[in-house]
Formats: sequence, structure tokens, C-alpha cells
Amino acid sequence: MSTRELKHAGLNLQQTDPKTHEEAESRVFGFWVFLMSDAVLFALLFATYGVMLSGTAGGPGTQNVYEMKSAFIETLLLLSSSFTFGMASLAMKYEGKASRISVWLAVTLILGLGFLGMEMHDFVKMIGEGATPERSGFLSSFFALVSTHGLHVLGGSIWIVVMLVQLSVFGVTPAVKTRILRLGLFWHFLDIIWVGIFTIVYLQGLTP
Amino acid sequence: MSAPAHGFWHILLGRMTWDSLAFVRAWHDPTVSEIIGSCAAALVVIGAVALFAALTYYRAWRPLWKNWVVSVDHKKIGIMYMVLAGVMLTRALIEAVLMRLQQADAVNKPGFLAPDHFGQLFSTHGTIMIFFVAMPLLTGLINFVMPMQIGARDVSFPTMNSISLGLTTAGAILIMISLVLGKFSTGGWSGYPPYTEMSYNPGEGPDYWIWAVTLSSIGTTMTGINFAVTIYKERTQGMHLMRMPLFTWTALCTSILMIFAMPPLTVATAMLALDRYLGFHFFTNGMGGNLMNYANLFWLFGHPEVYILILPAFGVYSEVFSTFSAKKLYGYTSLVIATMAIAVLSFTVWLHHFFTMGQNANINAFFGIATMTIGIPTGVKIYDWMWTMFRGRVRFSVPMLFSLAFLITFVVGGVTGILLATPPIDFMVHNTVFLVAHFHNMLIPGLLYGMIAGYQYWFPKAFGFRLNERWGRLSFLCWVLGFYLAFMPLYVLGADGMPRRSQELFHSSYLPWLIVAGIGGLVLLAALLTLFIQLWVSIRERDANRVPIGDPWDGRGLEWSMAAPPPEYNFHVLPKVTGRDAFTHRKEQGEAYQPAAEYQDIELPRDNASGAVIGLGGLAAAFGLVWHIWWLAILGVLIMWGMVIFRSFITETHQIIPADEVERQHRAFLKEVSETRAVDRDYEMTPQNRGLAEADT
Repeated sequence: MSTRELKHAGLNLQQTDPKTHEEAESRVFGFWVFLMSDAVLFALLFATYGVMLSGTAGGPGTQNVYEMKSAFIETLLLLSSSFTFGMASLAMKYEGKASRISVWLAVTLILGLGFLGMEMHDFVKMIGEGATPERSGFLSSFFALVSTHGLHVLGGSIWIVVMLVQLSVFGVTPAVKTRILRLGLFWHFLDIIWVGIFTIVYLQGLTP
Repeated sequence: MSAPAHGFWHILLGRMTWDSLAFVRAWHDPTVSEIIGSCAAALVVIGAVALFAALTYYRAWRPLWKNWVVSVDHKKIGIMYMVLAGVMLTRALIEAVLMRLQQADAVNKPGFLAPDHFGQLFSTHGTIMIFFVAMPLLTGLINFVMPMQIGARDVSFPTMNSISLGLTTAGAILIMISLVLGKFSTGGWSGYPPYTEMSYNPGEGPDYWIWAVTLSSIGTTMTGINFAVTIYKERTQGMHLMRMPLFTWTALCTSILMIFAMPPLTVATAMLALDRYLGFHFFTNGMGGNLMNYANLFWLFGHPEVYILILPAFGVYSEVFSTFSAKKLYGYTSLVIATMAIAVLSFTVWLHHFFTMGQNANINAFFGIATMTIGIPTGVKIYDWMWTMFRGRVRFSVPMLFSLAFLITFVVGGVTGILLATPPIDFMVHNTVFLVAHFHNMLIPGLLYGMIAGYQYWFPKAFGFRLNERWGRLSFLCWVLGFYLAFMPLYVLGADGMPRRSQELFHSSYLPWLIVAGIGGLVLLAALLTLFIQLWVSIRERDANRVPIGDPWDGRGLEWSMAAPPPEYNFHVLPKVTGRDAFTHRKEQGEAYQPAAEYQDIELPRDNASGAVIGLGGLAAAFGLVWHIWWLAILGVLIMWGMVIFRSFITETHQIIPADEVERQHRAFLKEVSETRAVDRDYEMTPQNRGLAEADT
């Protein structure tokens, strides 16, 4: 097992012993498994949302609560942040310089926080218009789905901050590299979930 | 009722009042029911105080902390899970006996338990038995055995393993606290809304249930990830998937089920919590809420959960039948396929838990047929085990007795399962004690007997001495007799229409059956008692029954190849595997106890307190949420995530055991082997058995 090469894209552990490779392999694989479990969680939230679309209890429905423009900008922010994270991964793979990785991570963080800020703004606006989660089952399922994603992005942002600190404290060590790789998986995963949310929640809201 | 506190005290203690204390309630309202409640509370308090006093008196705090609490050794974590399960089993079994006695007493009269108390009893009994007995038992057993079976030194993520234990323990402690402070849910182990919603149950009961279950489900998800990755990544050289012992196969299937089936539970409890805490409308009556979503989410977890519970026991039986018949397992491949088939099918049958809840007949028919399909792979297994014994050198040891009792009893339960899988029959007997009889008939032989068999089977490996056979047999007798006495009458009563979860009954014809069932409950209590006596007796006479060489049953898997108890690194040198039943093969080739050509440094994970700290944080958060003590809840969450981040800054996570030391220990072990007389199978239950098996001819 020790002679096998690591096939995970973006991870370059350079000349380290086989043990480090093996450990990284377990860790990255374990994270993939976690993401599967997390994907089940989101799948169920999506399913609940689908089932509860009609449960508006006479309150606002899909047509009158969503702010498409804002959702579109949020989508752009999050998609660009995935791109900038990709740049961080490439920097990690080819140059391994802490400063270059940190810059791209910081840009990603700013985009992520921008996304969160806009989402918060949307929520506040909706709540101001009386579209609160207490209003109906439909709105409950909307807030649960979208803010669970938002909480994940918040978690990811905190994780980026931790990694920025670790990059400056430890430098680009194998442990830091595998952590950034897993953070990347997490971040792109959230991007995919958001594409689902944009399609199923927001675009569906456009249909009469 | 004393008024809820205001101002400072309200912030400090949330909605806790004097009346929250079980003792105060019993003082105000000294009925038998309340007094029983406060006796249970007193037991918890006295138990905790006695434990603290004993630990202090024997100066055991430091060893407990150093050797156990902070340990990330999979073997110790496994043992701690088993201890937790033992404590919780005791409580939940006493509760079961109380309920049996109440029903035997309450025909045409109210009996000695108040309805509310009875409701708490069946809720805690079910919740504890599933989440804090069954799950810790199988997690503990897999933890202890699986890494050794695949030739690994530990699981893939030892610290996460310790965190899983911490969270599960936190959930168990929360349920124990509910005996003293406040009341538990009366909504059953499945906690169906809208009954468990704010409008019907504004008290702390459902919140206790939600957070105890949530802690356990998060811990279990992590356990599943950990085991699955371990089995995929940590197998030793040559240990191909189709060479793994069957127990490891069932561990793999159970882990996969945990990964996919625990999130629905987490989602269901989280949504119920949102309804209760923030006024959401997922499962409320009206306002667009839909309680059927809960039923679907819960059983989307609940049915795979049944197989999470049963599969590891199937693994134990496979090992036990094979070992105590001195034959290789019959139909290994078919057993693997059957296990996988059961794991996959388990996701296609959840709807049979609510045939009567309004979907059309075609949907019911689909799920009914899918349910019956599971009988096929299970039947394959039954036949494989029987053929394993055929013409084998069968010894009726305690694990074997439990396995045989399982074989017969489980088939009875399976047949009643096929009955229940037929929607028209289900309409007749749903919500009666027929169902209660059925699932106890599956889980007692299909889980508990298996776990007891596994405990008896691997105990000598864990502690280095055999358990007492006589008390083991007596315990076996009680478990089997008690089961039949307690649950066969329930089939009759259920078919006769007796509703489940009834505190009071109004048919005199039920009485004789309920008395028999009550006696059965007492016999089961005796069974647990004899199990503890067996442990006590075995510890006292341990010197006569030591098996230091570690292979008391002529075992077939790698876990029998090292000393008992095993060294913390398990294997002096990681073994190379060339086929199934790796250790048997090595014994046949005369390679079992040979020095290695070369010893290497062994790297082991360093013990750390992450699991304990995160478990404590989880307990604080959950307790704060139950009682609306918001500062405590926030503090708990901060402690948990703070510890995760803090831990990521620690770079010294491993310790090295030098090659010289490994070699010295191995040579000492080999010397002991050469001085030990091998034992023939006919004498394996006598003190002649020192853990070295004579070559089978």
C-alpha cells in the first residue's frame, strides 16, 4: 500500500515518507465519506422543501418572497469564490509558497463573507415583509434549507481563518496541505449545494 | 407549583424550579408513582456520589483519567462503550420490569404508576435500549475486535473515535439527569409530533429526548465514518475484502448504514427542535406543517437502524458458529452477499412502519413486498450457520448456546415479521402489543444475544481470563426462558387487540397472560443479575482461568494471534495474509508463534483529552438547551468547536515505541508460549486452558 501514489488532485506532498502519504489518503478519503453523509442531510432538506412548497398557510409563496437579483449576485460571488479557492489549490500544488496560498484564501474568504452578508440582508428584508419562518411550513423549510447552507459557509469561512493562521504559524507542512485540500473539497461541495438551491428554490420561484 | 424564577436566577437557571427536582415533587405529592420516581432519582444521586467517593478514596481519579478517559486506544474505547451499555441496560431493564408489573397490576384498576410516569418509562426504555444500550454494545464490540481482525494497530481516526464516545456518553448522562431534574418525554422512543410539539408538550421532556438522541446520532455518524475508512484503508497486506472475517464485513455494512441513515434522524430531531424553540412549522398541526414528513424522516433512519443493530450480531454468530464447530464458515461468499443485500434493502422498506397512515394500497403493497424480500438473504444466513455446524466438532460453550437460542428464536420473530409485512394483517394488529412482541423477538435474539455471545467470546482476549461457565449457562437459561415468558404472551394479547403503551387495561381476560409476561420480566432481570454475578465470580477466580497466550477457543481470525490482553500496538509486526481464516492458516503452517526477521519502530496516536472535553461541551450545550439556560448552551458549543480548533494546532500527535522494546516484548511473549502446554478442545473450558490451542487433527 505504501508504494501507491496519491491520486488526489491538488495535493503535492513532495518528498515525504510513505506513511505521510498513507495518512493523507485516509484523511482525504474520510472527508469524502463525511461529505456523502452531509449530502444526505441536504438531500433531505431539499426533499422537505419540495414537499412543503404548498404549505403556505395563506402566507407568501414562492412568487412573492424571493429577490432574484440578489440571489443571482450571491451565486456569482460563491462561484467566483470556488474559482479563487481553485487558484489557492493550484498555488499549493505548484509553488507551495505560503504567501501566494494565503492571498487566494483571503480573497475566497472575502467573497464568502460577501455572500453571507447579502444572504443576511435578504433574510432581514424577508422577515421585515412578514415572511418569517414562523409564518408557514413552506417558509420554515425555506429558511431551514438556505440557512443550513449559510451556516456551512460560515463554518467554512472560520475554517479559512484558521488555515490562514496555520499557514503563517506552521508554513506549508503536509498537515496544513491536507487540511487545505479538505477545506477545498468542503468549499466546492457548498458551491454545488448552492447551485441546487439556486435552481430548485430561486429559479423554481419564477415559474407561475 | 412554585413560580418560575425571574431576573438573575432566570438567566442563571433558565426554566428550572424547585418542582423540577424529583424529590420535591414526591414531597408535595407522595404517591407510589412519585416515590418510585424519586427513588430512581436518589439512586442516580447516590450512585454518582458513591462513585466520586470511591474514586477519591482509592485515589483512582488519576489512573482513570490517564488510562481510560483520555485514551484513544480502540480497545479501551471499545471496553468503555461496553461499560456504558451495561449501566444503561440495567436502568432500561428495570424500567421494563416496572412496566410489566404495572400492566399485570392494572387490569380494571389504575395500578401503582401514574399515566404520565408510565409514559416516561416506555419513552426512556425505548430510547435507552436503542441509543444507549444497543448502539454502544455494537460500537464497543466493533471497536475492540475489528481493527485486530484486519491487522491494524488502531482505527483511522483515533481521536475522533474518542470524541464519538464522549458525545454518546454525554447523551447517556443527559438521560440519567432527567431522572433527577424534570421529566422525560412521554412521546415514545420515536417522539412523534405533533404530540411532541410545543402545543401539547411545552415542558422539558421532549427536549431531553431531542438532545440526547441528537448527541448520540452525531457520535454515531462519526463512528460510521471512522469504521468504514478503517476497513477500507487500514487492512494489512493481503487482507483483501473477500478475505475479511465475517464480523468485519458486518461491521463495514453497519458503518455504511450509519453514514447514510443517521443524517435523517439528525434532520428530523433538528426540525422538531426548530419547531419547539423558534416556532417553525415543520410538523405542527396547521400553518402548513406536515407530520407525515416526520414519520418519513424518522423511519428513513429507523429502519436501516434495525439493520445497524442486527448485522454486527450476525457477524458475531458467524465467528462463534465457525470457531466452536472448528470448521471454516460455510458459504462465506453467500454470507457476504446476504449481508450486503440486507444493507441495501434496508433503505427500501421504511414505510412499513406506518402502513396505516394514509398512503394508497399500491404503495403499501410495494413496501410490503420489499419487506418480505429481506427474509430471503436472512434465510440464506440461517442455513449457512446450520451447515457450518454440520459435522463440525461442536462445543456447547456459552457463546454457542446463545447463538443456538438465536437461531431458533430469531426465526420465530422473522415469521411474525412476514405477517406484519402484509398490510392487511398490519391493519389488524398495528399499535397492539403484537408489534411489541415482534420487535423484541427480533432485537433480543438478533442483537442482545449476539452482543452477549460476543462479550463472552472475546472477553478472554480483552482481559486475559475466561468467564465463569456455570454462571454463564445459568444466565443463558434466564435470558432465554425470560424472553419466551415475557414476550410470547404479548403475541396472544396483541392478536386479541391489547393496545401497546397502555397504563391501564379493561379486559379481565388479559390478566393471566400479563402475569406470565410480568414473571418473564423478572426472569430477565435475574438474567442480567446472573450476568453481573458471572463477571464478579470470574474476576475473583481470574488467576485460575488465565489465558495469557490469547487463543482460548482455537480462533480463526488475526485477533487471536496476540497475547491476552493484547499489547497496545496489537501486532508486534503487521501480519501478511494469504487467505481467509488467517490465523488458522498460520497455525497449520506452524508460523503462528515465530519471531519476526526484523522489528520496526511503532508509531501510535498519543492520548489526548479532546473526546472528554468535547463530550463535556456537548453535555453542557444539551443541558442548557433543555432548560433554556442560554449562556450554558452557548458556552458548551464554544467549548466543542474551540477544542476542535485548538486540537488542530497541536503537532505532536504521535508517540513512538522503539523497535528494541517491541522485540523485547515479543520475545518475552514467545518464551511464555514455549513454556505453555497446548490444550485440547475437550478441555478448553477447564483451567488447563492457558490460551494455547492444540493443533486440530
